[in-house]
Amino acid sequence: MSDIILSATGLTKTYQQRSGRFGFGSTVVKALDNVSLQLKQGTTLAVVGESGSGKSTLARCLLQLLPLDAGQVIFEHVDLATLRGDALRAARRHLQMVFQDPFASLNPRMRVGEIVGEGLLIHGMGSAAERRERVLRMLQRVGLTAADMLKFPHEFSGGQRQRIGIARALVLEPRVVVCDEPVSALDVSIQAQILLLLKELQQEMGLSYLFISHDLRVVRHVADEVVVMHHGRIVEQGGVEQLYSDPQQEYTRNLLNSIPGRHRAAEATN
Amino acid sequence: MTELLRIEGLTVAPVAQPERRLVNNVSFSLKTGRTICIVGESGSGKSLTALSVMGLLSPALKRTSGSIVFQGQDLAGFSNLAMQDIRGKRIGMIFQEPMTSLNPVLNVGFQIGETLTCHLGLTGKALKVKVGELLEQVGIPADRANSYPDEMSGGQRQRVMIAMSIACEPAMLIADEPTTALDVTVQAQILRLLADLKHRMNMGMLFITHDFGVVADIADDVVVMFRGEVVEMGSVEQVLGKPRHPYTRALLDCVPDAEGRKPLKPIDYAWLNEVSA
Ligand SMILES: Nc1ncnc2c1ncn2[C@@H]1O[C@H](COP(=O)(O)OP(=O)(O)OP(=O)(O)O)[C@@H](O)[C@H]1O
Ligand SMILES: Nc1ncnc2c1ncn2[C@@H]1O[C@H](COP(=O)(O)OP(=O)(O)OP(=O)(O)O)[C@@H](O)[C@H]1O
Ligand SMILES: [Mg+2]
Ligand SMILES: [Mg+2]
Repeated sequence: MSDIILSATGLTKTYQQRSGRFGFGSTVVKALDNVSLQLKQGTTLAVVGESGSGKSTLARCLLQLLPLDAGQVIFEHVDLATLRGDALRAARRHLQMVFQDPFASLNPRMRVGEIVGEGLLIHGMGSAAERRERVLRMLQRVGLTAADMLKFPHEFSGGQRQRIGIARALVLEPRVVVCDEPVSALDVSIQAQILLLLKELQQEMGLSYLFISHDLRVVRHVADEVVVMHHGRIVEQGGVEQLYSDPQQEYTRNLLNSIPGRHRAAEATN
Repeated sequence: MTELLRIEGLTVAPVAQPERRLVNNVSFSLKTGRTICIVGESGSGKSLTALSVMGLLSPALKRTSGSIVFQGQDLAGFSNLAMQDIRGKRIGMIFQEPMTSLNPVLNVGFQIGETLTCHLGLTGKALKVKVGELLEQVGIPADRANSYPDEMSGGQRQRVMIAMSIACEPAMLIADEPTTALDVTVQAQILRLLADLKHRMNMGMLFITHDFGVVADIADDVVVMFRGEVVEMGSVEQVLGKPRHPYTRALLDCVPDAEGRKPLKPIDYAWLNEVSA
């Protein structure tokens, strides 16, 4: 029934790390070790795993923001590594990313209206007035206002910056969005609002998400399928319900058992 | 238990628009060995409150009124130099955005070591050992001391910040969303580490978080902020168990359950405005 929109085979990525007493030596770290996954059109695939397990590296490699050592990424039946020029630009529009560190990814010298509208401009989508209108509507959907369009990133709180990054990706109406910890800095109400927005857009436009999160409560809400990463490898994958009810790996069980507040919360309801 | 920090009538506004109160008349106090969690809306002034205590507000913003007293001394009377000595040594801070507070051109071991040299005079072998210990305590192998911030994952950077902030065993720790990028197993390790400092050193903690699971686990008292103001404060049992303010109740209604089965429902602000009017 569902088509595969993005598929990765055998992704491998190593980093050189400085080591030794003076940092002149170097060791090679495998951040991705033969990772393969498939994202079905119109669904959400969550990636969970320990800090440092390679999730952000995977995200960057999928979008060709980092060169791979080995492996292949196929987007809508085309190998991304073979694309050049206009074809690459067109693919880029449809493959968007929400970055983990919102502040570092927002140009401090641009106003928020420009930041969110930049992609529309680059891809020549709509007249100036239409672009402005789209930017405004998207900002409002993430809980920001028209007045915010004129401000600079440093004038916003952590959670507001995270929402600017989300608006920037979604305004392009892409086909796939890779979200790296998209709601971790948001209060629980705005978190719910954003998660509902992502679902709405999924229904409206058939969007597909690769959703990186360490919060299993959130993952349960949004994901159709889950992959669990550990030391650069996928150690477990499957449907979200199955993973919750019957985790196969010790590490996955640990993740489920360490959800904070489970103990006191259970006491409070008794 | 003695009083560590007292904030009274703190108000912060942009220099250019003094009437736009981003933090409005905030007061609360923290005792040694206690943990206060500040929760509340995104944009409600939690980080600005923390930055005010550290004397690190952006130059575009200004404390227009209020006082901040730390260990019996009014911080307003302190010179920049005196504040520098307090920061890191007596008050540790973990910032919300690790990348903006780590220096990209220095390796992380050096940055952790800098605090130790500057405040405790550690050098040479002793310094190297201590830096390694601190990294291991936050779950990072000691040999990663040579790595630069952009060679670390989001959660690793956050943990480097944590290691820096507790390096000098400060009397008070201000932690602004310190575990947002951490998975639950690493988060549990960090929370145990902080709890240990609290018991062993009688450290007081001001902990900003959106995660009510964490609040339930670590808070003694809770301060709830909404649109720049404190709308409710009390013991963790009271605020989580019998919330009084409509905003607190509405916010708690949005908390996802541990199983993630409860339907997602944001706060209905039209309703909230009506009931709080
Ligand atoms: N540029 C780099 N040079 C060297 N090592 C790196 C570099 N970037 C990442 N690493 C290392 O690769 C591993 C994977 O990092 P990655 O950022 O993918 O982890 P992550 O799963 O996203 O973690 P987190 O949940 O903490 O964000 C980590 O051990 C990290 O230290
Ligand atoms: N330099 C600045 N100039 C103007 N306004 C600012 C500045 N810094 C912050 N603000 C505004 O002040 C308000 C409070 O910001 P603060 O960072 O304290 O929020 P917060 O409660 O920490 O939110 P979050 O949970 O999203 O981090 C926000 O509405 C923000 O837009
Ligand atoms: Mg990451
Ligand atoms: Mg903040």
